[in-house]
Amino acid sequence: MSTTFEKVKKIIVEQLGVDEDEVTPEASITDDLGADSLDQVELVMAFETEFNIDIPDEEAEKIKTVGDAVKRVDEATTKE
Amino acid sequence: MNFEGRVAFVTGASRGIGRAIAADLAKYGADLVLVGRDAEALQATASVLKDQRSNTKAYIVLADAAEPAAVQGAVDEALAEFGRIDFAVANAGQSADSLLMRLKPEALDHLLSVNLKSAFFMCSSVARPMMKARSGSIVLVSSIVGIMGNAGQSAYAASKAGLLGLAKSLAKELGSRNIRVNAVAPGLIQTAMTEKMPEAAREYLLNASALGRAGTPQEVSGVVTFLCSDAAAYVTGQTLVVDGGVLM
Repeated sequence: MSTTFEKVKKIIVEQLGVDEDEVTPEASITDDLGADSLDQVELVMAFETEFNIDIPDEEAEKIKTVGDAVKRVDEATTKE
Repeated sequence: MNFEGRVAFVTGASRGIGRAIAADLAKYGADLVLVGRDAEALQATASVLKDQRSNTKAYIVLADAAEPAAVQGAVDEALAEFGRIDFAVANAGQSADSLLMRLKPEALDHLLSVNLKSAFFMCSSVARPMMKARSGSIVLVSSIVGIMGNAGQSAYAASKAGLLGLAKSLAKELGSRNIRVNAVAPGLIQTAMTEKMPEAAREYLLNASALGRAGTPQEVSGVVTFLCSDAAAYVTGQTLVVDGGVLM
């Protein structure tokens, strides 16, 4: 398991108050983990702070699953 | 009302209504973050707060409320100092009267920045800590001119009306996080800003008010304090008119 996944998982658990077991790469952030639109914004902001990256709105909209988030973070961190 | 342990963030805290709001919140126990551009005047506000309650903590941030980075910096400093922001009052504002035909684009931009965009920046910066805390109350200081309009004040009126739209939209955006957003719309209040008003406009508002007099900054701050408090826990997206009975 990648470090990014672990960090992303930790943020999601803290932000959404879900169980660690629920946070799988396939889990949908809205449907499975129950995030509403504000939660999604908060998550993206938390990722940006934690990884010191910038996730533009149009990219943020594409993040549907936990795996998407990990992928996006990995792409941004390797780019920078 | 007991605001002990609570922290209030007030822009335009140098004088007038802003100073009165800070003093009133301090009276009930809140600690204050005073934001403005005039260091001396902010110091004076801070001593007024100490008069209200000697152990009030007043933290001064010199910042231009119309500059987003400066506002974010002020919020960051406030969080570093106090660890929380419970109440935020967007009070920074100016008036600049001019008939539309004489209104310069730069003057319009300036007024919209100082009166309206400043509130956007403050809300955007305080929303995050409030969302985390699942609690907060934001009050925007508008004006009855934003509701009723006034000849010679189109830009001021538009900026103040904009605040009402902002309050309602934010109330809807942030309500699920237990953050309330309301506005107050003062009428003619005795402040340095209204002293500069044309005499005819003053007279008109005085004659139109049921109480037949101008209000004091304290008569506005009491309403802001109410909106911040738990007494208004089920009030959000509202505009409370504080004008001695001009608008009914």
